[in-house]
Parts: sequence; structure tokens; C-alpha cells
Amino acid sequence: MGNSVTLQIDGQPVTVAQGTTLRAACDEANHAVPTLCWHENLTPANACRACVVEVKGSRTLVASCSRVAEDGMEVQTASERVLNARKVVAELLLSTSDASLAPDLLSLADTSGANPDRFGGGATWQQPVREDNNLYIRDLSKCILCYRCVEACGDDAQNTFAIAVAGRGFGAHIDAGFGRDLPESDCVYCGNCVAVCPTGALIGKTEWDLRSQGQWDESKITQTETVCSYCGVGCELDLHVMDNRIVKVTSPADHPVTHGMLCVKGRYGYEFAQSEERTD
Amino acid sequence: MNEVRRLLPDLRSASGPASPERLAERGFDQALTKAWAMSSQAIIDEVTASGIKGRGGAAFPTGLKWSSVNKAEGQTKYVVMNADESELGTFKDRVLLEEDPLGALVGLLIAAHAVGARKAFCYIRGEYREVEQMLAKAIDTLTQLGWAGPGRIDVEIRRGAGAYIAGEETALFNSIEGKRPEPRVKPPFPTNKGLWGSPTLIQNVETLANVAILFAHDAQWFAEYGTKATAGTKLVALSGHIQRPGVYEVPFGMALADILNAPDLGGGVAGSGRLRAVLLGGAAGTFLSPDEVAQSQLDYASLGAFGASIGSGAVMVFDDTVDLQWVLTKLARFFADESCGQCVPCRIGTQRIWEIAEKGGLWTRTEDLRELGQAMRDASICGLGQTAPLALLSILDRPGLRQDV
Repeated sequence: MGNSVTLQIDGQPVTVAQGTTLRAACDEANHAVPTLCWHENLTPANACRACVVEVKGSRTLVASCSRVAEDGMEVQTASERVLNARKVVAELLLSTSDASLAPDLLSLADTSGANPDRFGGGATWQQPVREDNNLYIRDLSKCILCYRCVEACGDDAQNTFAIAVAGRGFGAHIDAGFGRDLPESDCVYCGNCVAVCPTGALIGKTEWDLRSQGQWDESKITQTETVCSYCGVGCELDLHVMDNRIVKVTSPADHPVTHGMLCVKGRYGYEFAQSEERTD
Repeated sequence: MNEVRRLLPDLRSASGPASPERLAERGFDQALTKAWAMSSQAIIDEVTASGIKGRGGAAFPTGLKWSSVNKAEGQTKYVVMNADESELGTFKDRVLLEEDPLGALVGLLIAAHAVGARKAFCYIRGEYREVEQMLAKAIDTLTQLGWAGPGRIDVEIRRGAGAYIAGEETALFNSIEGKRPEPRVKPPFPTNKGLWGSPTLIQNVETLANVAILFAHDAQWFAEYGTKATAGTKLVALSGHIQRPGVYEVPFGMALADILNAPDLGGGVAGSGRLRAVLLGGAAGTFLSPDEVAQSQLDYASLGAFGASIGSGAVMVFDDTVDLQWVLTKLARFFADESCGQCVPCRIGTQRIWEIAEKGGLWTRTEDLRELGQAMRDASICGLGQTAPLALLSILDRPGLRQDV
């Protein structure tokens, strides 16, 4: 005792270390809650509200991603109120954004029994794609405003602060400052925003081009593990290779050096490896 | 006479609202002297004994809040006066600060003294420029008399920039810190982690004015008006179809019908003269039918029986020519415009309610609206999204109000 707390999750007692979030505690109890904006290496944004649970004595539902477990808490992960909130969150997002590349949102919609058309027919976030540089594109019709990119660009990883939320209400959106194109912004093209985006709203230019041409084929992609050769930090790279060409570079989210984050060279500086002019 | 003048100064007073003479006339100099001679605990005990509850809308017991901030660990503590009055139909803090700015400021200084804060902020609605000037004059007066200022308790005014959401306490902190006014997740509560992560006491203007008059007198005097459950007086702001719109100070427990009809208060329903409904508590409030109005008193328990609350004290009156669907559409547009956009239920939910209202679906899509409203109440981060559907839900619960003209 002292370093652990015991709570009830769906009637079942669970003991977890002090400081554990309800989301993690629910995971341990095998009563996992769905999440959209939560990311293992980022500060909880509390924005999507898909992970809400009912805590006895609390007037409103509670975001399990950020609420810390307390001794004696009685938590319900599938009460009527929780199920309704989850379903409505999915329905509202589906009525607004293009979820075609958002597996977590599609899965939430499926498990919650959401009717994608219920709140449809009104304003959406449909807008032109922003293709203003050679490394990644912004297809904000797919954005669900999860704040992950803002946090990765900010003090959770990159500390560049090139992007933030601008506007308010339904007009809130991710912005590089005064609506600027990325080359005019403070962006350093580390691509960490792309790495954490859960909906394909931020996507590598190579992947975007191949998808647009109908040539992107997940079944043909293999991954090769290597270490970045640009400097001595030792970032692990996963090279995604399709038809003998590198089409994307990521780093594992659980890698102790990178936590999934890279710099512009590691993530996008791979063309030399497949250059026709290369001297072998 | 039904109207009381305790929070509001005597109409016969000739002294300037921000003058040293007014400070003495209202007994606020004695209130400060008295509080400065008391320990933190004694001050908090006095506030607790008075039973003052927060007047911004949430009605949280003030003494309990002060006690939490006093006990919270931290070398630096802040107190904040929330004068970002933006709720629809609410204009009481404006009148209070125009007519008697020293009261709320004296309450603020007593609060700072009680919890050990050396820095106080007054966060005032950006549009209240003249009120702000009055407030600044009152701060000058208190500084010249040695109660406020650097080395004592430094009082600084911060102006809002036109966002309703910045009146939410944690969004207000972000605004003072120079950030986008998005509400923070609670817990941690401001009493433990508020401005710049330090324990912070934030109170509405009217709450602080109550503290000032309490210390200018005592808890027994304070309880001469009001009910057993809720001592004291409340400012109400009457607007809409009412003969004498304006801000009035009335004792807790007064019949709602008297507030509307007494000759020295509302003076009766205007327009057609026949009441359709009252919206109590502003845009985030509850509609009451004429029958409910007839049975209600201005007290938390009485109104709670009808699922209503005093909220900020806004009383909007609608006669029987008003199409409440039109009113709900206006309210829906207001919330869609004022949502900060941070969380899904509020950002998209307020937009969809507005769209459904614009398309005339409020009376037909009741099941969708109830589920959406419930999700917003349950899962929104802050009070804006949680209360945005309340007025609509209150009408869905009162089919009698739905008759169209």
C-alpha cells in the first residue's frame, strides 16, 4: 500500500500503481476504453472525449486518458451514459470529417453503433488539400482536431511551435500562423506531426502521390529496420519499402531514443539511397 | 418596498463611486481594518458562517473555496475577480462595478489577505471600457490609501478580447497567461493549480461585493435578509417583455412572480401582458412555464424542484407572442459561435443543434436532440458545452411551452 491504489472497474477490483490513469487501469482490467486523441508519447489533450467513463459521485463523465485513479473509485466503462457519449462523439466526427484513413475513428463508429448520417447534411470540414512542399501534405478535410500534431510540434517532442489551433467553435482548425503555407511558416519538416496524425490529415507526399495514383498497396510494403546514418544519436528507422523503393520512414513509438520522433533528415532524407546518380 | 439596497449603494449617496468618501460611507474602510486584524482562519470562518455562495452561477460555498486555497501548498497564491460578464441577459456585475466598484475590490483584498496572496487580477470583459475606467479609479483610491499596490496587494486589470469562453475560470487563467482561452481539464481544481500552476482563488464580482458588506457589518446583519438556507440578497437582471427592465437587488426567497410584477421591481409583463415563459439563468439556463413561475421562489431548493437554477441572476421574460423556436435558434447560434472548439461534443454539437434549429427540426428530431444534448452535458470539457443544450432540453421537457403562435 502507499504506492498503489485499488479501485473498481465495472465491479471488478483492480490494483494499480499510484499515478496510473483510469485509461491505463481499464486496460489492465481488460476493460479497454476507446481513444482517438490519446497517444502514448503525448500529453493527454482531453479533446475527443471518446474515452469518457462514468465515475461514481461525478456529475459529468470523466476523460479516462487524463484522470488519475484514486483509491475506492467506482468506474463504469459501459454505462448507458458512456455508450451514448461514445456513439454521439463518433457520429459528430463522421458528420464533419472524412474518416477514410482513420482506423481508430472507424472502429469507434463500428463498436459504438454510430449512425454516420444522423447528424450529417450540415456544414463539414471539406476543403482543398494544401500541397505546398515536397515532404508532406495537409488534407484537413480529414482532421478531427485531436491536437496530437500541435503537441508533437510543441513541447512534447519538437519544441518548434510552428502550428497551433486557430479560430473557434466549428471554425477551429490547425494553422501554421495566419493561414500561411508551410514554407513561409516556422515548420522544420521533422514530420513528427505526420507520425502522430491518426486520420491521414497529415500524410507524406510520397504516400499521398501513390495513393492518388491508386498505387499504394499495404500488402506489398515490407519494413526494414536500420539505424539512421546522419548523426550519432542512434535513431532507429523503419524503412517502409514498396516495389524496391522507400515510400515512408518511421520510428517505433516505443524506441527508447526516438519515442517515434525523428528529424527532417531521418524521416525525409532517404532519396540518396535510391538515387539513379548514386555511386555504388 | 421589495427592492433592497445593500450590494448596491444608497441612491441618495452623493459621493463619487470610486472616492475615499464612498469607501468610508459604505463602511469598507472599517471592513478592511477589521479583516486585517483577523487571522486567515477567523476571516474564513466568518465567510463560512455567512453562508455566501458563489454568485457567478455555480453557487459553490465561498467559505469552503477560501479554505481550500488557504490550505493548498504553494508559496505563491493568486486571487482573481471574474468580471468577464458575458452570459446573455446578465448585466449585474456591470451595474455593480459602475455604481460601487470599491465593494468588489475590498472583497478581493480581503480574499487575498485571507489566503495569503500578494497579487490580484481583475479580469474584465473587453467591451466594458467605461466600467474598467471606474474600476481603475477605485484601485487608485485603494492604492493611495495604502491598502493596495506593490508591496501590499498588487491589483492588476486584464481585459478580455471578446470571447464568452474566457469567463470560464480555467480558460480565464489561460487568457491571463497570454494563451488561447481554452478551458483546462479538472481536476486539478484552481484552488490547487490555477494561474501559472499556483493555488488560485477566483470569484465573481457580486460574490466579492457580498464579502465587503459582510465585513462592513457582521454575519447576523448579513442574515437579516434571505432565507434560512441562503442568507442575503441577490442581484437579478430583468430583460425582455418586462415593464421595468434593469438590475434589482432582492432578498433570497422572494417569489419569482413578485420579482416580475411588484411595482418597484419588474412592474409586470410587457408586450401582450400575458406571460409565455421565463428563461432563468441566461443562455445556459432553464425555461420556466407561467405555472412554474407562480410556484417558485428565488432560492436554490425551490428552483431545483423545477430543474432550474438562479445561475447568474438573468431573468429573461417572453410574452405569448414569442415563438420559442426562434429564441432557441438564437441561443443555439450563440453557443455555436462562442464554443472554443476544443472538444468534440461542444465544437460539433453546438453547430448541429444550430443547424437543426435553422431547419425547423427542434420539435421533430427530439430523440436525436435528447441524445446529443445528453452527450454534451456528460462529455464536454467545461460548463459551456455542458450547459449549452439545457435551455433546449428544458423546453423538450415542457411540451406545453411548444405551442407555436
